Amino acid sequence: MSVLAQAARRLPRSCLSDARTFTTSVTRFQAEPLQKPVLNKEFKIYRWNPDEPSSKPTLQSYTIDLNQTGPMILDALIKIKNEIDPTLTFRRSCREGICGSCAMNINGQNTLACLCRIERDTKDTKIYPLPHMYIVKDLVPDLTQFYKQYKSIQPYLQNDNPPEKGEFLQSQEDRRKLDGLYECILCACCSTSCPSYWWNQDEYLGPATLMQAYRWIADSRDSYGAKRKELLQNEMSMYRCHTIFNCARTCPKGLNPAAAIAKIKLELAAD
Amino acid sequence: MLATRAVGLGPSLRQTAFKPARAQALKNIVRTNFAKRMIQTERLKPEDAVNILNSQRLKRPSSPHFTIYQPQLTWIGSIFNRVTGVALSVLLYGFSLAYLFAPSTFDSEHVIEFVKGLPDAAKYAGKFVLALPFTFHGFNGLRHLAWDSGRFLTVKGAYSTGYAVIGATALSTIYFTVV
Repeated sequence: MSVLAQAARRLPRSCLSDARTFTTSVTRFQAEPLQKPVLNKEFKIYRWNPDEPSSKPTLQSYTIDLNQTGPMILDALIKIKNEIDPTLTFRRSCREGICGSCAMNINGQNTLACLCRIERDTKDTKIYPLPHMYIVKDLVPDLTQFYKQYKSIQPYLQNDNPPEKGEFLQSQEDRRKLDGLYECILCACCSTSCPSYWWNQDEYLGPATLMQAYRWIADSRDSYGAKRKELLQNEMSMYRCHTIFNCARTCPKGLNPAAAIAKIKLELAAD
Repeated sequence: MLATRAVGLGPSLRQTAFKPARAQALKNIVRTNFAKRMIQTERLKPEDAVNILNSQRLKRPSSPHFTIYQPQLTWIGSIFNRVTGVALSVLLYGFSLAYLFAPSTFDSEHVIEFVKGLPDAAKYAGKFVLALPFTFHGFNGLRHLAWDSGRFLTVKGAYSTGYAVIGATALSTIYFTVV
C-alpha cells in the first residue's frame, strides 16, 4: 500500500488523473441477486406550491415499489423525491427520531416520518402536513408561532442565587421528576394534534410548550417557579386544555403532555 | 470570453488554467477585460426579502385538521362531551325561560298531560334523546373530576375510563328509556 502511494506521489498530476479511469475491480462470477416481487403502494401526498398561490392545495398520488424502498415513511418520501418528483418538499434531517424535523400527519395521525413504518399492504397511505398550520410549501408548515410560544415561557434555568462554587446540585429524587419531560424534541406533533390548539392557536400555548413550562416549574434548581406559574394563571394560556389526550396519544417519543398540564393545573389550584 | 465560447475553446482554456502562470494570467486578463456574466441575477435588499416573505405569508393556506385526523376516542369523546353539554344547557335555559314567560302553558301539569297524549314510540324516542346526553355528560364529568384530581393521567387510563363511560352511558340510557 505504502509503496503504491509513494509511486503515485512521484507521478505527475496528469498521469494520476488518467490512471483513475482504469477499472480496478476484477470481474468475477457473481450469483444472481434475488429478484423480489413488485409490491406497489400508493402514497397520496398533500401538495401546495407558493409560486402558484391561487391554486388550491391538492393530493398528489405516487406509486412506488415497497421492495425497492426502505422500511419507513421517510424512506418512501426520499425515494419519491429522488426518483419521481424532485419538487416534493418536506423537512428531514436525522432520520432517527431525535431532530423532530419530519413531523407530519400520516394516515390521520401526527408522527415523525422517520419513526413511522410503511404498512406493507396495498392500501394507500395519505400524508398531510401537521394539521391547522400555515403551509410554506407541500409538507412544510410555518412553525414561527410555535417557536415564539416556546420562547415565551423562558425555557432556561433562572435562579438569582447560584451556588458559590461549582454547579447546581440536585438530589436523584428531584432529577427523576424531570424524566418524561426533558426528552421532548419540540417536533410539534402534540400541539398540532390538539383541537384546542387548532381553534385558539394565537393565545393557547399548546401541549408541547406547556409541558416545557412544567419542566422548568418542576426543576428544583430553578427559583422562578412562582413567576412561571403566574404567567399561566389566565384564561387562555393553559386553561384551554380540556384534557383531550390527543397530545399523549400522538407523541412519537411516548411522552405525556396531558399529564404535565394536569400537574400544572393541580399546582395552580393549590396556590 | 464570448469569443472562446463561440469557437468552443472554453474547455481547453479551462484545462490549461490548471497549469500555472501564463494561462492563469491570460484567464485573469480575459476575466477583467471582458467580464460579462451570462446569468442575470436580481439584486434584493434585505427589506425586499422581508416584503416577499410577507406577501407569501398572506397567501399561505391552512392545512386540513379535523377532516383528516384519525377519529380517536380521545377527541371524539371530547367533542361529544361539548355537544351534549351545549344541548343540555340549551334545554335547561330554554325551558326555564319559556316557563318564565308563559308559566301557564309550561307548568308541570300541562307538560305531563302533553306527554301523556303522545304515542308510545315518541315517548321512548324522547326518553332516549334526553337520557343519552344527560348520562354521558354526567359520567364524563366524573371522568374529568378524576383527571383533575390527578388520576388516570395516562393514555391507557384515558382509554379505559373512556370505555367505562361509554359502557355506563349505554346501560343507563337503556334503563332510563325502558323504565
